[in-house]
Amino acid sequence: MSRPTARKMDSGFVAWLRRDLLLAYRRRGEVASPVVFFMMVSTLIPLGLTPEAAQLEKVAAGMIWIMALLATLLSVDGLFASDYHDGSLEQMLITPQLLPLPILGKVTAHWLTTGLPLTLVSPLLGLMLSLPSAGYLPLICSLALGTACLSLVGAVGAALTVSLRKGGLLLSLLVMPLYMPVIIFGTATVNSAVDGLNWLPPLAILGALFAASVALCPLAAAGALRVTASN
Amino acid sequence: MNWLSNKLSAGPSNESPSWQWFYRLGSPRWFYLRSGQWLPWLSLAALLVLATGLVWGLAFAPEDAKQGNSFRIIYIHVPAAFLAQSGYFIMAIAGAIGLIWKMKISYMVMKAAAPIGALLTFVALFTGAVWGKPTWGAYWVWDARITSMLILLFLYAGVMALQYAYHSVDAASKASAILALVGTVNIPIINKSVDWWYTLHQPATIKLTSAPSMHMDMFMPLLVMIVGFYLFYAVALILHTRNEILRRERKTSWVRELVTAKAGG
Repeated sequence: MSRPTARKMDSGFVAWLRRDLLLAYRRRGEVASPVVFFMMVSTLIPLGLTPEAAQLEKVAAGMIWIMALLATLLSVDGLFASDYHDGSLEQMLITPQLLPLPILGKVTAHWLTTGLPLTLVSPLLGLMLSLPSAGYLPLICSLALGTACLSLVGAVGAALTVSLRKGGLLLSLLVMPLYMPVIIFGTATVNSAVDGLNWLPPLAILGALFAASVALCPLAAAGALRVTASN
Repeated sequence: MNWLSNKLSAGPSNESPSWQWFYRLGSPRWFYLRSGQWLPWLSLAALLVLATGLVWGLAFAPEDAKQGNSFRIIYIHVPAAFLAQSGYFIMAIAGAIGLIWKMKISYMVMKAAAPIGALLTFVALFTGAVWGKPTWGAYWVWDARITSMLILLFLYAGVMALQYAYHSVDAASKASAILALVGTVNIPIINKSVDWWYTLHQPATIKLTSAPSMHMDMFMPLLVMIVGFYLFYAVALILHTRNEILRRERKTSWVRELVTAKAGG
């Protein structure tokens, strides 16, 4: 019954990805809430700032990015929480697989259920906030890459706070400073496209941030879970 | 003090002598007693260097051609900003040593470093704001370096918040060590941000690779102040660490003996 090691390592990733996607499918209401939050806050912006298109288009890219960041932050809190409470996190910790791979699977599921939907509805928000037409493709590309970074970094924060009773607020405190490079280059991508500049360089840096987070964040989250889940 | 040295020498005897200091350093008691001997000298040195630098910088250094006397706040601002950033590395390295070698003392150093670093970051931001008013006409300007100092303050705040969130000392130490290491990844980005979107601030004045762009008469007191701040930082760190040692080791016999000896005589 012994399977090759590569397959074993792979099954840790795929098994947790499938499990989390299945769980998300069964709790569709919960999955929808970050997207609904994203849409609702966007109605506050014209109400709070101004309904004038000329002014909205200046802040559109930044606002969409900030809302995406907050929506991710709200949802990343639950990444390990339910697993911690029902004991399946313990199971994950004692499996012989390399811990970062199941974590990467869970984070991928998180991105597929929050980051990807946010990316997909973002053109609609761009339309409502009168984002100039040059900004749509950069917005979608940067959000797709950027929300993946946000999920990965958020996983470290979620792992650090999983056993705390009121971890949610602390989590945002820990993770928000780490999110700042992502938001800088995310908005820079969209804004340079709107200004008619080359928007690929900031997107490339966002890609570099993504590559670094894929490599490092699961490791950090694994280390953090080993510390926090046993306390 | 003979009974002390006898007890101290009972360390891991099979280790080579060149590493013994490292293992001894890991013992909170050794650190507490030894740092007590260093502390007066270190404090005296810090006091002397800081006094020299302050008097030199504030009274004798030449006036700036454009900014007049208001530039003199640089003698507080720059050393504080320097130490705020190095302090984060010191904290993260202490945390890493704790995670790797499982040294109790380094977790205590890490915990002690966080509030000192946060305070220095605040001092750097505050003096920057005071300096900004006469120079730029505004207390707060969203420029790269100010923003990255603010992010640094948030990073410190995160480590401190996580430290206090756990009841278990072990979990608090390890979790905040991991967070400090994750935050270290952010620090190069903070430094790079000076190059990325440099806007209003002066470019970095002290470069280690090239000659200083400041005049020597202005630069020397600054150097003295930076050394002074490092010494002050060391004193503050040792004092905080000693407090933490006494708090965490309060149930051990040597702390009790120390306290009763102090109370008795």
